Formats: sequence, C-alpha cells, structure tokens
Amino acid sequence: MAITTVPGTTRQPGRFPTPHPPGSRRTSLGRKVRDNLSGHAFLIGAVACFAVFSWYPMIRGVVMSFQRTRRGETTWVGWDNYARIVADPSFWTAWKNTFYFTFLALVLGYAVPFFVAILLNEFRHAKGYLRILVYLPVMLPPASALFLFKFYAYDPSEAGLFNAVLAALHLPTSEWMQSPRMTMPAMVLASTWMNMGSAVLIYLAALQNIPGDLYEAAELDGAGIWRRIRHVTIPQTRLILALLAMMQIVATMQLFIEPLILANGAGTGDSATSVAYLIYQHGFFQNDLNGAAALGVIMLVVLAGFSAGYLRLTAKQD
Amino acid sequence: MSVPQYRKAAALALVAGLGLSLAACSTKSDEPAKDASGKVTITVDCQPVGAQKELLKNWNDDVAEFQKQNPNIVIKSVSVGEQCNNPPDFTARLAGGTVTDVFYGYMTDLQQVLDSGQAMDITEYATKDTIPTWDSVDPALKEVFTDGGKLYAVPVKNYSMGLVYNKVLFQRAGLDANNPPKTWAEVRDAAKKIAALGNGIAGYSEYSAGNTGGWHFTSLLYSQGGRVLTEDGKKADFNNAMGKQVLQNLKDMRYGDNSMGSRQLLQWGDLLTNAGAGKVGMFIGAPDTTQAIVSQFQGKFQDWAMAPLPGQDGPAKGTLGGGEGYFFKKGLTPEQVKAGLKWIAYQKLTPGKGQFDYVRAKPQNYPVGLPQPLLFANGSDAQKQELELRKANANVDTANFAIFEANPVPIKGEPRNAQAIYAVLDAAMSGVLTNPNANIDALLKTAEDKVNQVLSTAS
Repeated sequence: MAITTVPGTTRQPGRFPTPHPPGSRRTSLGRKVRDNLSGHAFLIGAVACFAVFSWYPMIRGVVMSFQRTRRGETTWVGWDNYARIVADPSFWTAWKNTFYFTFLALVLGYAVPFFVAILLNEFRHAKGYLRILVYLPVMLPPASALFLFKFYAYDPSEAGLFNAVLAALHLPTSEWMQSPRMTMPAMVLASTWMNMGSAVLIYLAALQNIPGDLYEAAELDGAGIWRRIRHVTIPQTRLILALLAMMQIVATMQLFIEPLILANGAGTGDSATSVAYLIYQHGFFQNDLNGAAALGVIMLVVLAGFSAGYLRLTAKQD
Repeated sequence: MSVPQYRKAAALALVAGLGLSLAACSTKSDEPAKDASGKVTITVDCQPVGAQKELLKNWNDDVAEFQKQNPNIVIKSVSVGEQCNNPPDFTARLAGGTVTDVFYGYMTDLQQVLDSGQAMDITEYATKDTIPTWDSVDPALKEVFTDGGKLYAVPVKNYSMGLVYNKVLFQRAGLDANNPPKTWAEVRDAAKKIAALGNGIAGYSEYSAGNTGGWHFTSLLYSQGGRVLTEDGKKADFNNAMGKQVLQNLKDMRYGDNSMGSRQLLQWGDLLTNAGAGKVGMFIGAPDTTQAIVSQFQGKFQDWAMAPLPGQDGPAKGTLGGGEGYFFKKGLTPEQVKAGLKWIAYQKLTPGKGQFDYVRAKPQNYPVGLPQPLLFANGSDAQKQELELRKANANVDTANFAIFEANPVPIKGEPRNAQAIYAVLDAAMSGVLTNPNANIDALLKTAEDKVNQVLSTAS
C-alpha cells in the first residue's frame, strides 16, 4: 500500500515519503494537487503575473537583441546589434555617466540617510513628526518632485531657489543642469531628496534593534558619539548597510527619470545620458528597438552581477 | 461551506479573474470591420483632447455630420494626446500594434511606419472617387508619403518655417516691426537690443532638446544652403562650413551677446511658454506656432508677426517644410480603407468643411488667415476656393504674415530617418547653447559619426 501524506498531519523532520510503487503515481499526484488546490491556484496567479509581465518581456528582449526588423520582416542577425550598440559614440559616455551617478549616489545618497537616521534616533521628542517630515518626499510622485527641482531649484537665472540662496551668501551661482560639470551632482541631489525617506526608515528600524546596553557599556568606557557610531552602530547595522548599498547600486544604475525630466533627455552634450536613457533613445527615437534590446541585455548582465552579490548577502542573513 | 472550501473558491475566482484580465489585455481589435447591419466601422486617432474644448466639439460635430451623410460608416474617435504624435508614444503604438485603423503621423515617419510593417498600400484607393479634391492636392506632398511607387498616407497639413517675432518687443526695443531682420547678422543685432530690455527677455530663442533642436538645426542649415544628408541619403553632410556657421551664430548670440536668455535645453512647450509670456523676441517656426502660443500658452495673436527665414548674407537659400498625414493600418478591408479616405476627404481636404470650416472657426479662438496649410497645388480649384474662404473669414491681421507670404523661400523636405537624426543633432545644439567653451568642430564630428551610424542601422 502506498504511503501518502494525510492532510493535517505533521511530517516528521528528516523523514521523506517512501517512493510510490508503479501504477499509483497518477492517483497520488492527483490527490496531491487536489489537497493543495488552493495553494496551487494562488501560485498560478503569481506565476502568471511574473511570466507575462517580467519573464516573457525579458526573454523576448533577449530574442529581439539577435534580430532585426525591417519592413515588417524579422531576420536573425547574430551579434550585429551588440556590435552596433558598442560602436555608438554615446555608449561609453552613458556607462561612464551611469557609474559616476552610482558612485555619487553611494557617497551622498547612501551616507546621508544613515546619518539622518542616527540623528532622528537620538531625538527624544517629536520623533513621529520628524519621521513623517523625512518620508514626505517619498510620497510625492517622482515626476512632480523633479519638476519642482527643474523649475524652482535649478533655474539657471538668479530667480532659481539655489542660485538665490548662493547669491544671498555672496557665493558663485551655477547653471545647474546646463553645466556639464554640475549635471550629475545636481541629479544625485534631487534623487537623494526624493528617495532617502525609505532608507531612513529602514535604518531607524535597524538602529532601534541595537540593544541599549551596548551603548551604555560604550559610554561607561568613555566612548564619545563618533566612537559609539563607529564601534557600536556601524557593526550592529553592517548587514542592513550592505544590503541597502547593493539595492542602491542596482536601483541607481537604472537611472532614467532624472535625466528625462531634469535634463530634457541627454542634457548638455551627452552629460546626462544614462544607459537606461540610451536604451530609450535607441528604442523610441532612433527606430532601433533591436539595438535597444541589445543594450538592455548588456545592462541586465551587469546588474545581474550586482544582484548575485545581493542574493549572497541575503542568503547569509537567512 | 467550510473554510478550506472558501479558500478554494476564492483561489478559483482569482485564477478565473486573472484569465479574464489577460484576455482583456489582448490587443486584437474588438470592432468587427462590418457589423450585422452592414455598417463599416473604422477607428481614427488624433481626436482633440478634452482641454481643447472648441476643437473637440468641432471634431465631434464633424463626426456626427459625416455619419449622417454616410449612414453606413461608423467613426470611432481616439485621442492620443494634444500633439497627436509624441515620438515615444507613437513608436510604442507602432511596436505594440495598437495604432488605430487610420492613424496620424508626420511626414518624417514614413520609414519608421514601413519598418514596423503596419502601413497599408493605399495607392489604388486614393482617387477622385474617395477624395473629390485629390487632383488638387500638391503632388510634392503625395510624393513625401510615397515609397517605391506606392502611396502609404494622405497628406493633411503642410508648413514651411520662417522667423516668428514679437511686434510689441520690437517696438519697445526701438526696432521697426515692419522691417524684420533679413540676415542672421541682423537677427543678432535685433536680439541684442531686445535682450537689453531685461526682465528675463530673450532676444532670440532656440530649441535644443526632445528632437526639436535637431529639427531647427536642419532649418537653419537649409537657410545657409546646406543639407543634412548627401544626395544619395547614405551619409551625413552637415560637418562643413555651413553647419559650423549655424552653430557659430547661435554661440555668438548665446555667449558673445548674452541675448538668448539663461534657460536652455528648451523643447517645444518650453519655448512657446516663454513666448506666450512675452519673454521671447524672435524664434523660427511655422505660421501655426502663433496658434499654439495663443490657444495653449496664453499669448495674443496681435503681438506676433512672421517674416521669411533669414539667410547668412542675404535671403535664406532654403527653409524646412514638413507636415502630417494619415496612414492606414495593414489588414483593413477595402470598405474600411474607402471609409477612412472618405472621412479624411470630408474632415481634412474639403474647402468649407472640417479643418477648412472657416465660418465656424472665425468666432473661436483659432486663427483664420494664416498662410497655412499649403495643401493644394498652386492654381488648383481647391486652392482657389480655400483661399477665398480664408480671406473672407480671416480673424487675424493677415498683414502680420504678408512679408512671409510675399517673400517665399525655397522649401526643402526633411531628411530620411529625420527623428533619429534630430535626436542626435540635439546634442550639437545643446552643446553650443550651454557651454561657453563648446568646441563646434568636435560637436559636429560626434554628430556626424552618430548620424552615419543611424543611417547604417536603417539601411
């Protein structure tokens, strides 16, 4: 007689069902499916969503990157699209810009939320109010937030908010998004303001999990605030810091909406062109969806490298 | 029902719902070409958006009247935004196969539409039977939408560029509004005087983003006598003295004279917003930009006038002409194509109807009397009728466009793969308008390399 799992019974750890004798497999499988019908049904929904909206477009993108469509006819062209994309004069500029943005975002967009979280954690009063204040920009639609920066903060005339402040302080003003040197720092500044709320809340949660007696012990040993941060806070939140760094790299490398809105696309010369924007340019302006797909695949491979690192870190946490 | 049964029922409902949603996402048209009563249905895009109240009412009235006259045809109108063809949206619709049966496109879009495999050859259908004024339509415009001897779209609008200027700012700056600049040197002088008015006013303003920079570079190059591509259309041909002169003129005005304002990286709406606010002295554009300034950007018709495009040392050697038309989606039945052509004939190509219903437009906030659209061939019956109606119902001072009309500049069409080339040339324009140390030679060389690459991709 075949041994089957009885619904409701607890399987003993370390023990596995005995293999089914031939002939009873179909019955057993059918019963298994029936037993877990609701589980499978719920799973189908999720799998179908992923399949239709994530996996299929990705596979289609990879296929398209080896094809060319002209006059409605699609042909296989091997690595031609990749060779053409790499030969695009904007290709390396876009990667350089993307890495530069990612680096600046790590320096500014990563460190600032951490220190804001530490600061908030130190407050005894109005904590909730301050948290809402910090989180507020996250609730603003990104396009609206960036238009605010574009028209009010980064206006290159002295009417611009930042230039008015700089002028009042007798400091030199800037052309912001119109200056190739300032394009990336200005985009990082806007991006950090928009996104740091979420990171601050995650850091705050991590900080509140640090046992208070560690700080007390450090204080008894005569540690000041910086030494407490260095020897208690950072080691205790190391894993969260590493995870957020990885997530930030993956997110910032997909830089798109900032150049699109703040720089009206490529910016001065190619100073704002990111890899994601170059994909958009090839796909939607240059009638080159296949080239765009090839660049998308290249980006996917690069991001997969970072994501692998991220997965390793999460596995460690588990 | 026990709890697990509820869960099962919920899960099954979820799966069924998901299946239905996916089925609903299908791009296949739900509209049969012909219903049981024998009516032919076609979907048509570029219906004005809700914000364009009068235009939308005109469109809907036209649809109602057309359907009354043609009880066997049903027009399903689709709005695709105020601009009708925002290149990224248009590309997405083409790639996704979601264009309407009869869809709007620019003259520059033919190559892209053909590549997408969405266009239908309508040569045999576009005749006097379906479009009574077909023989009057300028043959040069039909040629723009023709490839390999096959016609793929019906032209419905045509324009050429000139110098659009603000008469009020001219007067305030002590300039003669009846004697606008004829050369780029004169434009530079006038721009300096207008910018000297201060208050953030730009003497001359120019695009440099969203493909519009490249579009205007092309027109400025034509004014110098240059061309974007070689005769065979296979190589870029702007990295020369004429291309350099275009960028040098702009750089001199921007940084030599500081007469172009501080805000750059402008695209269509940005420049016209400034113009509507009275902050722009001159820019190049088509006659209907004044319509956009008034209807969308709160400007006043009486403030604006138009002159021919300036040249480097005398009259311009050429100006850019462009326009728009309606394509037909592949796979339509002959009845649908004929119905679509009939609709276009009624709404776009009949003097006194649709876009030429000047009696209706006169009291509305839309200009009648602009030297546009130049759809009908000179001397043709339709052109004479349209001109008479336009003069009889003009609601703008036609004298403001008299200099432009009296001094025609040779019109040159847009280059092959124009939108892709314009995207590349944006960088050269933004380069000289935002960097005082811009290296014009390097900007043109980079643009040349990129355009050659675009052309090799397209071939």
